[in-house]
Formats: sequence, C-alpha cells, structure tokens
Amino acid sequence: MSVATTHDHHHDHHGPPRGWQRWVYSTNHKDIGTMYLFFALFMLFFGGAMAMYIRAELFMPGVQLASPDFYNNMVTDHALVMVFGMVMPAAAGMANWMIPMMIGAPDMALPRLNNLSFWLLPAAAILLMLSIVAPYIFPDGGTPVNTGWTLLPPLSVQNGIGMDFTIFAIHTLGVSSILASINIVTTILNMRAPGMTMMKMPLFVWAWFFTALLLIAVMPVLAGAVTMLLFDRHFGTSFFDAAGGGDPILFQHLFWFFGHPEVYVLLLPSIGVLGLVIPTFARKPLFGYKALVYGMGVLAALGMVVWAHHQYTIGMSLVATNYFMIGTILISIPVGLMLMNFIFTMWRGSMTFETPMLFGIAIILMFSFAGVTGVMLAVVPADMQYHDTMFVVAHFHYALIPGAVFGLYAGVFYWLPKWTGHMYNERLGQIFFWWTTISFNLTFFPQHFSGLAGMPRRIVDYSIQYTEFNMISSIGGFLFGLSHLLFLFIIIQTIRGGAKAPAKPWEGSQIGTPGLEWTLPSPPPFHSFTEAPVIK
Amino acid sequence: MNDAPLNRAELTAAKNKTVTRRLFLVVLGMFGFGFAMVPLYRLACEVGGINGVAGTPAGRVADTAAIPKPVDTSRVITVQLDATVNTGLPWEFRPLVKQIQVHPGEKVAVSYYAKNLSDQPITGQAVPGITPWQVTQHFSKIECFCFTQQVLQPGEAKEMPVYFTIDPAVDKQYATVTLSYTFMNTERDYTLTPAQHAAMNTSH
Repeated sequence: MSVATTHDHHHDHHGPPRGWQRWVYSTNHKDIGTMYLFFALFMLFFGGAMAMYIRAELFMPGVQLASPDFYNNMVTDHALVMVFGMVMPAAAGMANWMIPMMIGAPDMALPRLNNLSFWLLPAAAILLMLSIVAPYIFPDGGTPVNTGWTLLPPLSVQNGIGMDFTIFAIHTLGVSSILASINIVTTILNMRAPGMTMMKMPLFVWAWFFTALLLIAVMPVLAGAVTMLLFDRHFGTSFFDAAGGGDPILFQHLFWFFGHPEVYVLLLPSIGVLGLVIPTFARKPLFGYKALVYGMGVLAALGMVVWAHHQYTIGMSLVATNYFMIGTILISIPVGLMLMNFIFTMWRGSMTFETPMLFGIAIILMFSFAGVTGVMLAVVPADMQYHDTMFVVAHFHYALIPGAVFGLYAGVFYWLPKWTGHMYNERLGQIFFWWTTISFNLTFFPQHFSGLAGMPRRIVDYSIQYTEFNMISSIGGFLFGLSHLLFLFIIIQTIRGGAKAPAKPWEGSQIGTPGLEWTLPSPPPFHSFTEAPVIK
Repeated sequence: MNDAPLNRAELTAAKNKTVTRRLFLVVLGMFGFGFAMVPLYRLACEVGGINGVAGTPAGRVADTAAIPKPVDTSRVITVQLDATVNTGLPWEFRPLVKQIQVHPGEKVAVSYYAKNLSDQPITGQAVPGITPWQVTQHFSKIECFCFTQQVLQPGEAKEMPVYFTIDPAVDKQYATVTLSYTFMNTERDYTLTPAQHAAMNTSH
C-alpha cells in the first residue's frame, strides 16, 4: 500500500511516461478520454464505410455490388459499430475528459478499471471485424451475420461462425461499458470537490449519471440474452428454440429490454452537452435546471418499461400493446420538457452562432421531428402499417444522428479548445455544420416517403417505384459521408496548431456550465485538482 | 479542507470500494434477472396470456380431448391447412388437401404428407399454430403427429394424420381458421449442403 502511494506521488511530480507506455498503461482520465475519442473517430469511418456501401447498393433497384447476405451483414454491423463502437465510446471519452474536471476530482475513482474498460474496446472491435470475414475464412463458415443488430433467433441460431464472433464482441463491449459506467457513477458520487453538491453539477454530469445507471441496469440483460443464444447454438439448450419447448419471442423481449433504454444511453450524453452549449452561446443561465435533471430521471425510468413497442406485430394481447403504447406516448412529456427548457434558455438571450450552437439549434429542430414520427410509430394501429419499413429507418436516424451524433459534434467543437489548447477554424466548422445538416436531411428525409409507400427495410433490392427516393437518399448519403473528411481535417488542424485558446475559450463559458473545467488552463495540465478546490 | 490530504484520499478510496461493490451486485442481479425472465415469461404467458398465441409457452395447443358435443350443422367453418418446413430440415412437407369445410362439434380427420429428402435418418418435430389465436381454446386435437417426434429414414415418405374437433362454443365471427405446422429438425444440424438446398427448392 505504502509502496503504491509513493509510486503515485512519483508520477505527480513528473509528466506522463513517454512513448507507447503512456497510452497502454495509462490511468490518466485525460489520456484515456483521448483514446476513447480517437477510437470512436476510427469506428465512425469504419461504420460510415459500411453505410456508403449500403447506399451504393440501394442507388438503383437490383442487386449490384454483393450478395444479399453480405448486404444484410453490412446492415447489422453498421448498426453495431455505430452504436457500440462510435456513439458510446465518444460519449464515454467526453465523460472521461470532462467529468473529473467539472466536479473538481483529480481523476476517475477507479483509474485502473478505466484503463481496462478502454482496452477492451479494440479487442471487441477486432472480434466484430472477424465476424465479417469469418464465414469466408473458415471452410464451414456458414451464412454471414445477416440478422440485423437485433440478432433475432431462429435466424441467429442458424447463422454461421460469424455469429459467435459477434456474440463475443457484444460480451466484450458489454463488460467494457459496464465497467466504465460503474467508474462514472462512483466518481460522481464520491469524488466531487467539497461544496460541489449534486444539484450544482453541470447538466452533462447529471446526464452521464443517468446514462451510467441505465447501462448498469440493462447491459447485463443483453449479455444474458446473447449468452442464451450462444448456448442454444452450441450446447443443446432450447431457450429460443420452439422445437425444444423454447420461445423465440422471449429473445425479443430480452433484447428490447436492453435495446430501448439503449436509445436513451445514446441520447442523454448529448442532451447533457446541449445543456452546456445552449446557455453558453445564449449567455443566459440554463432555464429550469432542476426540471431538466428530474426530466432526465423520468426519461430514464420510463425508458426502462416501454420496450415492447418495438414488437407490436408479434401478436401480443391487446392489454399488453395498450400498456406499451400509452407508456411510449408518455415519454414525449419529459422529452418535450427538455426541448422547451432549451428554447426558453435561448429566449431573449444574447445569442451568437458558433459551430457548437449551430449544432445545438439543429438538434432541437431535427430531434423534435424524430419525436413527432416517434409518436406516430408509438400508436399501435399506425405502427402495424409502418413496421419494418424505411419510415422506421428514417425515424431512428433522425433520432440518433441529430439526437446523439450531432450532440457529440457540438461537444467536440465546444471542448476542442479546452482539450487541445487551440481554437479550431470557425469558418471550416460552420461549413462542416451546413454540409452535414443539409446532406443528412437529403439522405433521410426521402426515406419517410419511400417507407410510407411501403418500401421494407433490410432488403437488398426494391421495387422500381422507389428508385427516385433512393437515388436522392444515396446522393445525400455520399455527401454526408464525404463531409466527415472535413471533420477529420478540422480536428487534425486544431491539434497541430491554431490560435491559442484561453482558459475560458467562450465568452459565456462560466454561464454555460457552473463546473470547474474553466478554472483550468487550456489545455489542462496532465494532473489537475490534486488539491481539491472548494466551491462556495 | 482541514483534513490532512492523506486522510481524505483514504476516506474516498474506502467509499469508492463500497459504491463499486454495490454497483457490481446490481450488475450481477440484472444478469440473473435476464435468466429469471425465462420462467417468468413462461408464467406471464400462461397466466396473463401476454403472448397472445394461446396454449402453453411452447406454442403447443392444449391436447385435452373434448367431451363429445352435439354437432352444430347450422354453421360451417373453413379450416385451411398450412405447412412450413424449417430451413434446417431437408424434408418435403405439405397437407394432402389445402382446405376443408367442417361443422363445429364434428370429428374431422386430415392428413399431411412428409418425405425425407436427405440420405440420413432425421427426427423431426412439428410445432402447431392456430390463426386467429382466439379460436385456439376451442380447437381440440384428439390425435396429432405433432404430439410426438417423427423419425423418417432416408427417402422415406409417410402420411401423417390429425384428428380434431372444433367446439361449437366458438364465436360465430370466426368463419375461417388456419391450422399450420412448422416441422423442425430436432438434431440441430442446421447446415444444409447445396445439393439438399436445391432438392428442397425443386420439390415444391
């Protein structure tokens, strides 16, 4: 014990270790946060490449580029990579960087666990990549993972060896995010500086608190469900096999018990970022801070009990579908409250429109749009019509790209000066904003129409009357993909140089967040708050 | 900040340990909850019928033979017969007639035809289903090939009979009922050779 303590002190007085050891052995929250963010950036391009293939295939009717099985494999892995490999690690990277600095902690509560939860991610990514190539490498590889990210049996039981790699990847990703969540909850509960009460914490910290609780509650259930799947595949059990007395519908319930809260896991960190960005650039304190905190709590709680609205068409009893319908529509209340609070924060503020704020306003507009289509989908008789069409694809991309991804972009531009010590190129940032926003709408808006006209999702080919919608969608998709090269360029440019960023890079910094991160210089020292600050 | 720094660090470390331990317990509990859902879901389906399809969780329709009831000749119900073979089973499987007209209360016999297209003996299990599901409780199978597992030798073909009766208590709105079977491979060898695939596709 005493040896370890001396060792720690040794590090306090010197900089980080040099070379690869700095990163592989890192227990520093800032370095781990950086690694999380770069991992997410890599996976953004990996998952994006799959999306480009999907849009290329759908550019015209007919099967042009690869087999239907490969297409469905790409649909599956695009989702898994974007959800588990991109949005969650990016949000976790921001949590690692910002939460200790905001609450005045020297580091995360469990730094070594933090190292483990990051380094599990590359392992999981490799497993996921192996799942794509395994069916072609192994002589008896079977069909690719063509189930969609829901991995529904019996198809997933009949898939080839790729499914086993996918299951192990999900186990690894699950362990990683459970460890990260335990770490974050412990940090928030125990590591706050004296005087930093729970109700003084920046909204981003609260958002991650609920996110982490959700992950702790639902990730183990997914792990259990895919474990059962593995046992059904290889060890003769019949959890989901009707021939042996099991029920494939049970898997759907287990999956969506995880899958629906997962939506809020993706969403809440971005709501947290919005809660800092909007007041900063409106130069007004956040309107209804308490209501937002409670609203997020209600959202998280309600999100746990409405999962079966993804399964209206399985033949549930009317009582059950009614319950899930009403519960789902209720969710629009806390979500509406949050969006209203952000609008009231802007009301009569002295607004300026830097890149993070542009993203913030775009989120409010486009995420509301997803909310409206969401209420449509929540209504049982309407959903019977829309189920498994491109309308659903349009809906959840409107929810997740503005709701989660644009929130992360807002966060990246908001904190890049703090992380790197340089201001990013504002003109390029704004070009990136308009480019992504316009091309995003061009991609996904037409899918509402093709979906309402009956085009099914997850099918490689389509009937010729959907051609125009899909061509527009594909052109938008290529532009959307291309815009991310500019994103990469801006990030590299900002890391390498640029105008020196002050400790408070934004005029409204201190209004935006009552946290302690702005009391540190930009970039912050390797070890910060080794002496706990006191908040009055 | 009157405490010595070391004391505060030690205190935080102890608190961290407690919170972490509790959170790990929650994780373990939720992992167990997933598995507890297996019996709980079965119970919810039996008691609450949330799964809609009546009968036992296995989808198997109650096989209690109905006490003979007078035949209601004033009504006719069309029973459509449907057959599906799970992709893992290299069998041909179809009803001998596509649909028949029955009176409620009447004892009816129909037959399915099954043939093993592979070169090895295979044990199959048929899983029945009734649409609309509200009819299920009035649809009694007196004898059915789905009650037991069926073995077919290589190339062997068999007629498989079903005896059933529909209770006259069934609501008048159900004029058409579909009785469907899905044959499953119990030997869990789901990979078919391309030749078997081709044989299955040409046989229909």
